[in-house]
Amino acid sequence: MSVAFPRRLKPALYALFVLLWTLPAAAQDPASRRAADVYDKWCTPCHGAGDNKPGTISAAALYKGSKPAVLAERTDLTPAGIRSVVRTGMYIMPRFRKTEVSDSELEAIVAFLTRTSQPAK
Amino acid sequence: MARPLPPGVSQRDFSQALRQFEAAVGKEWVFSSDEDVDLYRDAYSPFWNEPDERIPSAAVAPDLVEQVQQIVRIAGKYRIPLWTISTGKNLGYGGSAPNISGSVVLDLKRMNRVLEVNEKNHYALVEPGVSYFDLYRHIQEKRLKLWIDPPDPGWGSLVGNALERGGGYTPMRDHFDAHCGMEIVLASGDVVRTGMGALGNARTWQQYKYGFGPYVDGIFSQSNLGIVTKMGFWLYPEPEAYFSGTVMVPRHDDIHALVDALALLLNSGVVQGTTSVLNTASFGPPDPELARIRVGSSTSDLERYMAQKGLGYWTVDLPFYGPAKVVAAQWEHAKEKFSTIPGVQFRDGASYRFPLSQAELEKIPNPVPLGVPSLATFAIGGPFSQGHMWFSPIIPMTGEAVIEATRVFEQVNTDLGNPAGALPGLPIWSFFARAFVIIYFFPIEHDVEKNRRNREIFRRLVTVAADHGWGEYRTHTAFMDDIASVYSYNNRALWRLHETIKDALDPSGILAPGKNGVWPRRLRRSNA
Repeated sequence: MSVAFPRRLKPALYALFVLLWTLPAAAQDPASRRAADVYDKWCTPCHGAGDNKPGTISAAALYKGSKPAVLAERTDLTPAGIRSVVRTGMYIMPRFRKTEVSDSELEAIVAFLTRTSQPAK
Repeated sequence: MARPLPPGVSQRDFSQALRQFEAAVGKEWVFSSDEDVDLYRDAYSPFWNEPDERIPSAAVAPDLVEQVQQIVRIAGKYRIPLWTISTGKNLGYGGSAPNISGSVVLDLKRMNRVLEVNEKNHYALVEPGVSYFDLYRHIQEKRLKLWIDPPDPGWGSLVGNALERGGGYTPMRDHFDAHCGMEIVLASGDVVRTGMGALGNARTWQQYKYGFGPYVDGIFSQSNLGIVTKMGFWLYPEPEAYFSGTVMVPRHDDIHALVDALALLLNSGVVQGTTSVLNTASFGPPDPELARIRVGSSTSDLERYMAQKGLGYWTVDLPFYGPAKVVAAQWEHAKEKFSTIPGVQFRDGASYRFPLSQAELEKIPNPVPLGVPSLATFAIGGPFSQGHMWFSPIIPMTGEAVIEATRVFEQVNTDLGNPAGALPGLPIWSFFARAFVIIYFFPIEHDVEKNRRNREIFRRLVTVAADHGWGEYRTHTAFMDDIASVYSYNNRALWRLHETIKDALDPSGILAPGKNGVWPRRLRRSNA
């Protein structure tokens, strides 16, 4: 079965198709996808959503609701701060070696966590 | 922290060795700057920021077995101690830091290949850098009907954890016992494959453990006799069902009948997973009334209070794995065995059919007993914890031993001037067949005085445990000599044997000197 659209709607449908096709592609470009994958591998097991994530539990106790406990929801993280915590640790979180999280992967984590950063006011 | 040189090695020789390491693995995989070497500090060191904290001189990270061979030959030439790590996540037992300062850390994290997973015979062959998360993801991506057996923290190495003789929760819970076949680089640079792997064209390396002739795998566990570069593991076929049942008994003295029945069920294979025995009053939400009774009242007062709350004095959780009908029958059989204890209560716990969807899995607070790796255990010390270590003696699987060990260790604690109950215990586990592991949690802080005090308590516990015939199954690098010294039957006959083997296989004494209290001739105290 085929559906015939009115001729005058065709340009609009084409534009909508292009928009729908390109938006997810832009959001999932290879660099962004890699950044999300690296974050998911190394950070989500401790900092993801849920009652059994030690990093999320610590953040909830530390910030008492003033900041999101789930790390990926933060918009105030800085590249320097992220690099420092990964390489020196914080509370129970140990430092990560370069054979675990390479410098390039660390930058991917920085990119993921600052993707929605807002300048400090 | 200042970086030390390897003991007895000149700066000139050390620099030459580093250049040769770079030639072997590539410059980017030799770490010698302060910033990079600092990453190898033990994040949970009981000597944090003290002069005795063990600091490496450098680290080298090979990708191939041939590179490991080159590294040990270079280290042998310059007599540089190598401290091998797999994923470096042996946190609580030393992490990625060496046993003696100045060692070069041999970091095998880059060797992270899952070489084979066999769904029909239920096994895997992996390199040391493969974590439990890695193998779990591999199995999920390929939709294989197989379970791994993770320990509490899932970011550790299958190889490293098994070599340290760690434990998990499923029927494959004894991780060294679940291995089948190793590849080992010796201090000479020679490569050995054990079991059926010694056949040049082995087709059953991961299916039959023993091969032909002496079985040597054990001497490479908790050891410094070789560097394991491949290891096979038996995996658990995904079961149809899981069920957890809870048994509660009302009186203090019921522990004897409780553990007798538990041992029968474990040793006859009716219960195949790790169980935990709890003194119920020690766990659960804060209860001021209970706290008052625990300190100032009699055992019978406590029994009455727990009964009023509908709880037992002792609690055991029993996990069952297998076909749903079998699991149900095993729980019924277990209840029959415990029913001889007057007043016993039973509660049905979690019940699952597999496979579970991701959404179902995410609702389970602790998925580790279901073969799913997690890091949830790191919440154990509270939200602002800075680390921990464990005191973990093996005690007999008897009620008498549970009572005696709890009393003796609490007495050590109060003798040292600490308030009653300040030594935080955990459930008493059956990670291994035929015996319990009783585990005490020690917080690590960045506070020199508190860490010094905890080391003092730890060392007293080791001595007192040995006086009662109990020894630790594993320990932090800081206490390896303490614990080795109490395994002293017949003038340290076993450690003298270890030293004989060490000197034969590693005459230059380059592989992890002092690991588990086994020192090479050139560094033994008697020769100092």
